[in-house]
Amino acid sequence: MSGLIEFLTAPQTIAYSVVVGIVFMGLQIMAAVMVYAERKVAAFMQQRYGPYLVGPRGLLQPIADIVKLFFKEELRPKAADAFLFSLAPIISVAAAYLAFAPVPFGAPTTFFGLLDEPIALQVSDVNVAVLVIFAVASMGVYGIVLAGWASNSKYSLLGGLRSSAQMISYELAYGMSLATVVMFAGSMSLREIVDTQAGYWMIGGVPVLPKWYVFPQFVAFFVFACAGVAETNRAPFDFPEAEQELVAGYHTEYSSMRFAMFFMAEYINMVTVSAVAVNLFLGGWHGPFIPPEYGWIWFVIKLAFLLFVYLWLRWTLPRFRYDQLMSFGWKVLLPVATINLLVTAAGVLYFGL
Amino acid sequence: MASDALLFYTFAAVTVIGALMVVTQKNPVYSVLSIIASFFGLAGLYVLLEAPFVAVAQIIIYAGAIMVLFLFTVMLLNATREDAAEWDRAHPLYRPMAVRVGAVLAVLLALELGWALSRTSGLAVGVADERPAASSVRELGRILFTDYMFAFEVTSILIIASMVGAVVLARKREE
Amino acid sequence: MPLGHYLVLSGLLFAIGTAGVFLRRNLITLLLSVELMLNAVNLAFVAFGRQFGTVDGQIITFFVMTVAAAEAAVGLALVIGLFRHRESLNPEAFTSLKW
Repeated sequence: MSGLIEFLTAPQTIAYSVVVGIVFMGLQIMAAVMVYAERKVAAFMQQRYGPYLVGPRGLLQPIADIVKLFFKEELRPKAADAFLFSLAPIISVAAAYLAFAPVPFGAPTTFFGLLDEPIALQVSDVNVAVLVIFAVASMGVYGIVLAGWASNSKYSLLGGLRSSAQMISYELAYGMSLATVVMFAGSMSLREIVDTQAGYWMIGGVPVLPKWYVFPQFVAFFVFACAGVAETNRAPFDFPEAEQELVAGYHTEYSSMRFAMFFMAEYINMVTVSAVAVNLFLGGWHGPFIPPEYGWIWFVIKLAFLLFVYLWLRWTLPRFRYDQLMSFGWKVLLPVATINLLVTAAGVLYFGL
Repeated sequence: MASDALLFYTFAAVTVIGALMVVTQKNPVYSVLSIIASFFGLAGLYVLLEAPFVAVAQIIIYAGAIMVLFLFTVMLLNATREDAAEWDRAHPLYRPMAVRVGAVLAVLLALELGWALSRTSGLAVGVADERPAASSVRELGRILFTDYMFAFEVTSILIIASMVGAVVLARKREE
Repeated sequence: MPLGHYLVLSGLLFAIGTAGVFLRRNLITLLLSVELMLNAVNLAFVAFGRQFGTVDGQIITFFVMTVAAAEAAVGLALVIGLFRHRESLNPEAFTSLKW
């Protein structure tokens, strides 16, 4: 018993709980910030003001949204399967949070000398981290499928089935681009993949390009970006939940907190896909002018840039029709990813890249 | 270690309860969800056996892909609860001769398994005691692509055959 | 953990799967019970692989999983075809080959 208490109050454990708390609260805050950012960015791209009434420049808008969602009435269709109806948003949100667990967001730090040995800024450092993210993304499909089924409504079922068919189709290209990066880096642990991207390529002693994988592997980055956007059901791949098409797809019948959970799950999935892309392709927390302990600043900057690209895509491009979307995933993206994998494998084997 | 035993029993309990629920639930959607829970328990057991790659592959392949296929089929066929009256009428446990023969066979099987297990040595040895784990992913890949190369290629042919077969079998007849 | 525990668990899962195959009157649950049996076998393989310190157990597990995936796909396609024919998922409904 005393051993347990000693374990629980050791500095490492407390630091670890702080890291877990940062990740958890950080994801929720990111979701709220994304709600605001989406509306503002959409507004500026459409040449109008976004929300500006609540708080200075509308900065308290997410709080107003959350309060509204809390106070809405919880409806449940009478013929809906009660257990599955409540379980679906739980699975969605749990998978969304869980997917961020193996993602590191900074160099191992000692919290400014408070700890004896550095602790990795990561909830769990598994050596098959890339696969764990992929596995949890596959689990996210169930939230959508069960939501569509449990609502007992035609629009929901159709939206849910279409959405999950889209997600599992694009998971293949996603996995292949992940496999390409893993081959290049020689490891499946995200921290090691980021560590191999430190440094610069030099020409004559002058650093020209950072050693990020986006430069030699731009095809894999393109495939990953497309597959990531399709995985999170965001425009231009958001046919299954477009308002003009299927009312609201799989979350038609949901209201209040359950809808808030789907909403949050979507934004947190966006954050996770962007974070994984930053770690795999954009060098993670490495960057010039900042000492390595503060690498997380660069991570946040790159993450913010990728999230902005997500919003940019949504409000610039028109939507794919469902059959165009599926044929793009199977007939274009998958062959491109496979050929890229083969070429990279040949390169790694014969030229030792 | 005590924590090892605790983890084993927890995961084993999840697996067995999930499996029992698969066999006893009337609603096929609940059966699929129970088997997914069972797979998570199995994945935990694989991690305990120091095979993290197999654990993650179990989640990706089984729980993430095959069970989605099952769920799609259940939903597309609208295969709701089994008819209770039909269940009572035609159930094998309600036919007397089948019950007697089946019960005798089941008891025989259980006795034989028990006898075989009691005659086996080395069952009480801890799984992790004798030799160290050799389970890095690199090692796995190396052996897969050198010793088991033929099986690997044949498996890819098998997958193509099953893909073509599934598409052809599920196609609507052109009238 | 002693090897016997893993083997008993594997046997138990296999027995539950077999009971499901014999007792359920729904084709899809039948296939699910078959998947359960395959998983029981996977567990035995990985346990033995760990016992002998090789990775062979894990590799055989991949092949079993792949075969299970292929078999599930074709099995479900067959179920869909059968359902279209008879509008029922009860194995007792398909009796046209009986004398």
